[in-house]
Amino acid sequence: MSTDTGVTTGAAGAAAAGERLLEVEHLTVKFPTADGLVNAVTDLSYGVARGKTLGIVGESGSGKSVSSMAVLGLHDPRRTRIEGSIRVDGQEVIGLSEAKLRRIRGNSAAMIFQDALASLHPFYRVGKQLSEAYAAHHPKASARDARRKAIEMLDLVGIPQPDRRVDDFPHQFSGGMRQRAMIAMGLINDPSLLIADEPTTALDVTVQAQILDLLGDLQREFDSAIIIITHDLGVIAEMADEVLVMYAGRAVEYGATRELLTHPEMPYTWGLLSSVPDVSGDVDARLLPIPGNPPSLLDPPSGCSFHPRCVHRDKVPGDLCTTTIPDLSPGGRGPGHLKRCHLADPERIYATEILPEIAPDLADGAPAAPAAAPTNKEA
Amino acid sequence: MVSVQKDADATLTRHRSGGEPVLEVEDLKMYFPVKSSGLVRRTVGHVQAVDGVSFQVPAGGALGLVGESGCGKSTTGRLITRLHDPTSGAIRFEGTDLAKLSPRQMKPMRRDVQMIFQDPFSSLNPRHTVGAIVSSPLVTHDMVPKNKVLSRVQELLEVVGLNPEHYNRYPNEFSGGQRQRIGIARALALQPKLLVADEPVSALDVSIQAQVVNLLDDLQKEFGIAFLFIAHDLAVVRHFCPEVAVMYLGKIVEIADRETLYNRPHHPYTQALLSAVPDVRQAAVGGRRERIRIEGDVPSPINPPSGCRFRTRCPLAKEICARVEPPLMQIGRRHKVACHFPGELGKHPEEPVTARLLGVDDQGSPDPGGSPTDLGNPPGFADTWFDLDKRQMAGATSRSTTQDAG
Repeated sequence: MSTDTGVTTGAAGAAAAGERLLEVEHLTVKFPTADGLVNAVTDLSYGVARGKTLGIVGESGSGKSVSSMAVLGLHDPRRTRIEGSIRVDGQEVIGLSEAKLRRIRGNSAAMIFQDALASLHPFYRVGKQLSEAYAAHHPKASARDARRKAIEMLDLVGIPQPDRRVDDFPHQFSGGMRQRAMIAMGLINDPSLLIADEPTTALDVTVQAQILDLLGDLQREFDSAIIIITHDLGVIAEMADEVLVMYAGRAVEYGATRELLTHPEMPYTWGLLSSVPDVSGDVDARLLPIPGNPPSLLDPPSGCSFHPRCVHRDKVPGDLCTTTIPDLSPGGRGPGHLKRCHLADPERIYATEILPEIAPDLADGAPAAPAAAPTNKEA
Repeated sequence: MVSVQKDADATLTRHRSGGEPVLEVEDLKMYFPVKSSGLVRRTVGHVQAVDGVSFQVPAGGALGLVGESGCGKSTTGRLITRLHDPTSGAIRFEGTDLAKLSPRQMKPMRRDVQMIFQDPFSSLNPRHTVGAIVSSPLVTHDMVPKNKVLSRVQELLEVVGLNPEHYNRYPNEFSGGQRQRIGIARALALQPKLLVADEPVSALDVSIQAQVVNLLDDLQKEFGIAFLFIAHDLAVVRHFCPEVAVMYLGKIVEIADRETLYNRPHHPYTQALLSAVPDVRQAAVGGRRERIRIEGDVPSPINPPSGCRFRTRCPLAKEICARVEPPLMQIGRRHKVACHFPGELGKHPEEPVTARLLGVDDQGSPDPGGSPTDLGNPPGFADTWFDLDKRQMAGATSRSTTQDAG
């Protein structure tokens, strides 16, 4: 019963689309190349509300970075074909002139990149780069104001002795400090939307924990919307309110984090879950990799793009998987959980075939656990 | 799965009976000189990348080496394959000390000790075909007659799950996971007894990681290769290695069998490291997991902190930690820890357990009445150990009360 409440909240969130800070609708991104047209993102729709976090998961080449770069208008319009609609705080981004895009970039939406060393200019002092970002959107601010703001931001993200470190060059910072400086730069103009593209992938686990804590704290303070792009489902589980799983440029599963990760309904999500060993799991449980490799986006497979690697294809009658692209539609668990799959009863397959393999200890208690979890939240 | 359990038990029994270690590393040190700038480049300091590391790898077994970047785990791996010349210490491979061999003497040993590299893009020559890459160790070491090389290469490609017909393709025609398989095939060509795998899966996509881990698993079972598995991913190491060592700033801070290390870690660093790993199962609860926060970054290995190297970030640090370095002390059958206050999370002792052994008082000042015991830094595990509850030496047999620590 209580599970249903959880799902309806998710559905209500989806219904109240007008309140969302970022609204991406039917986004399609194609790159014409010498070899043909690369279908990087196809018909992608998602949204994030203020104060919420969306996690985007997928392998390299699944279109997760391309779609979020489109939000900031970072694709060269001469070499990219973009269709659909992206609205940041009500403002349509697609087709906007470069001058107007600049007003959005860094101001209402900012991005944190994966490789902080490559994203900071090696010749300029960290403080200079931060204050430049501030001055760009505050033309009336004096150089001293901008510097003070830079020191304030470095302090906020936990850099020790910010008034001295502000004059350091990026190479004098450690990996974690650089990532903090990147976050400081992203937040210096109080953006309402922050896109973090693999913010912790290059970092050690202890530093990763610090950065994720920092992002959470800052989100509470500024009430900003965050998109975290990662391939680490553990990060998603702890940070995100909603998850979007992408494969070959399409959304294949979309829903509230708890719902999606405890009751995944798409074989690709199962594959992601079962191919990562767990720090607390059974050591004898064999990893179940997803066979094969991600498809080429030049020539995506017919039908469901996951079918060449899907081990559950034979459970679908006929040749549906190879001929028809399944819709992104609600499964058996309510309208808040969308999946793109032809399987008729994924929940049963997950409970009987997947869960006993990847988490034998959870399999027995599986029906009880999800029912109990939302109850806790209400209490 | 049952048979796997049996195998694990068998490995464990072999450990316990003191079975033959294929590799024994004792007090290994690697100091890289830091040169001053200018015309006369004097040595102004040393990066203590690896500072007194000792461990054993059992034949056909696997030891995991984990730690943050810069802790010296990769350098340790490169020392064992003699890609660096160690400053001091011994690397005994089946009784031969590799650390003292000349490059010429080293050549036959390289047959038995091979390495898998982290980056499948930079570790393969882009101008060589896969056949040339995999066959070059065969030719260099004269493993097979010239007319058999191709068939052996095809055999190897098949073993690692590649199409044997692809021997005349170039590395750029393969994906990351397939390239890593080529690297593995090259390492397997000489039928090594020990494979040093330096972050073999961290450059790969999640779904591909599992394929490669499973492949390494199969190869180990089939050929009985011992692994030194270096990685920062604690979950992968736990999956692959029955025994795991945790390194921090050039030293091993805790080494134990997998169950002990992951379920009952005694070193505050291991505890913090484990609690920092994001867990998918957290999705069922929601929000961030309660974790031990350690502040700041790893200090510089050029000028490491005095005493215990972790003390600058350690929540338990006291005066003694700055004055005396904690020895890597055996506290269980297969469990060593280097800490003055070792204990399970929340049960760390108030008084340093090491003070009497080191001949100092609880603050770390030399105790005139104390008689320091030299624990040394042996690579293996002893039959007796220091029992943390009883504060005295204990052993595998019932004579646990006969020996005292002092």
